[in-house]
Amino acid sequence: MTPAVELNHATLRIGGRTVLRDVSLAVRPGEFVGVLGPNGAGKTTLMRAVLGLCPPVAGAIRVFGEAPRRGDPAIGYLPQTRTVIPDLRMRGLDFIGAALDGHRWGLPAHNAAARHAIAEALEAVGAGELATRPLSDMSGGERQRLLLAQALIGHPKLLLLDEPLIMLDARHQEVAIDVVRKVCRERGITVLFSAHELNQLIGAIDRVLYLGNGQAVLGAIDEVVTAPVLSRLYDTEIEVVRAAGRIFVMARGLDVERVEHMHDHEHGHGHGHGHHHEH
Amino acid sequence: MFAYDFMINAFAAAGIVAVVSGIVGFFLVMRGQTFAGHALSHIGFAGATGAGLIGLAPLWGLVGFTVAGGIVMGLLSDRISNRDVAIGVVLALSLGFGLLFLHYYTAFATQAAALLFGNVLAVDRSTIVTLAVLGVITLIGLAAIMRPLVFVSLQPELAEARGVPLRFVSTAFLGLVALAVSECAQIVGVLLVFTLMVGPPAAAQRLTTGLWSGLALAAALALAEAWAGIALAFYTDWPVSFCIAVLSAAGYFAALAASGLRPRLAVAD
Repeated sequence: MTPAVELNHATLRIGGRTVLRDVSLAVRPGEFVGVLGPNGAGKTTLMRAVLGLCPPVAGAIRVFGEAPRRGDPAIGYLPQTRTVIPDLRMRGLDFIGAALDGHRWGLPAHNAAARHAIAEALEAVGAGELATRPLSDMSGGERQRLLLAQALIGHPKLLLLDEPLIMLDARHQEVAIDVVRKVCRERGITVLFSAHELNQLIGAIDRVLYLGNGQAVLGAIDEVVTAPVLSRLYDTEIEVVRAAGRIFVMARGLDVERVEHMHDHEHGHGHGHGHHHEH
Repeated sequence: MFAYDFMINAFAAAGIVAVVSGIVGFFLVMRGQTFAGHALSHIGFAGATGAGLIGLAPLWGLVGFTVAGGIVMGLLSDRISNRDVAIGVVLALSLGFGLLFLHYYTAFATQAAALLFGNVLAVDRSTIVTLAVLGVITLIGLAAIMRPLVFVSLQPELAEARGVPLRFVSTAFLGLVALAVSECAQIVGVLLVFTLMVGPPAAAQRLTTGLWSGLALAAALALAEAWAGIALAFYTDWPVSFCIAVLSAAGYFAALAASGLRPRLAVAD
């Protein structure tokens, strides 16, 4: 079977820095893959490469057997830096409708088929009532749901979700993971889901893709999240502690995921949310 | 009041400009670039006075400078157009240059007040034709880029991933804003372009959440405020631009109050 995403000795570079070096892996169609790794490990860069925005400097990337191309309708994408104008009084329907054929010139006009596609995507994630509400009145969880619906429009075969949990509280994070898993199982969609913390994804993901130190390891959680593999990826002594169904990745007695997470929040506040960070 | 030619001309000119300003301003407000629009009008002031200095019609100096300014801002987009300080500095510099040009061309000084605050009652037939042609060009240009413009404004990262040329779209848009600003300055003056370009669209966005309904309402409000302003000026003998400015502000604050009340009413239900 043709892999959904295949990297063949691929090297990705961004701004003169090599993020992934000579990486080979294959994501099977229909798989739900959690993408983890420290900040700057290349999670966003990998997704941008799959989108055809960041071609590999060496090796090859294949998406369903073909070279990535910009604007591929088979890929639904939820970018990490989502610039949301704080007081945008536009209703959800027009907000996500803007993305439909948004690359074409001319006036935005939606025919019956397009309106049906939008309504169907909203229903799929249980966000039908968001169509008529202005964005300024939505919570973080509702916006995220709206954007997920948008990513599902046009029935993509591959979904790239870049840190979709970052602005959500614990309860909404769980709901978001459940919705993604349910919709993608039903439709056989392949998912790359990047996150800061592994624990929320345990039980939902089929395999984990851990990035770090220019390398990438794809496999079952028990194979990948181990002291030897992570020590190599973090380039430091790592301990993996399993307790009460959860996994803690520790460096020098500190939970690295938590430390990363806190750092990211500070970072976000310091720079506002409108900037684009390359990871 | 329609017995006077100058009043009919004023209504015609203000009508054309209000519709164009309301529509272009809708996107300006949506993109959060109102300050950039304000700066363009000041650049236009330098252009208009500079044109007077070399013997050209002020309108063409206004158009030339604002369009050039809009394109430069668009090309530098990330660095300049969303940075308040840089825009503020350019804005002040432009007014300074406008003053310098006035200083060397003193005969033009009588027109300075008209440029700064508008003089819609002095509009003649040929100006109306020019405004109509510029307005149609602006609206056709906007219609051509509208779909990617909305996409880029709302979700730039996704638009980039889909292959929308971000810089081209935002540059083209600022060029169109420049045209609209030039038109608007003919009616309410460079200092008061906000009255037609920001007040009505901002009010419309408080009152409706749809894209097309918002655009239509922005144009309708701008038209109503411009015409009511002229009528008010006719009966009170106050300056037209003052009347439009008052109506624009009143419309915005009324819309703000109306939309602020709505959630409370919903809770009461």
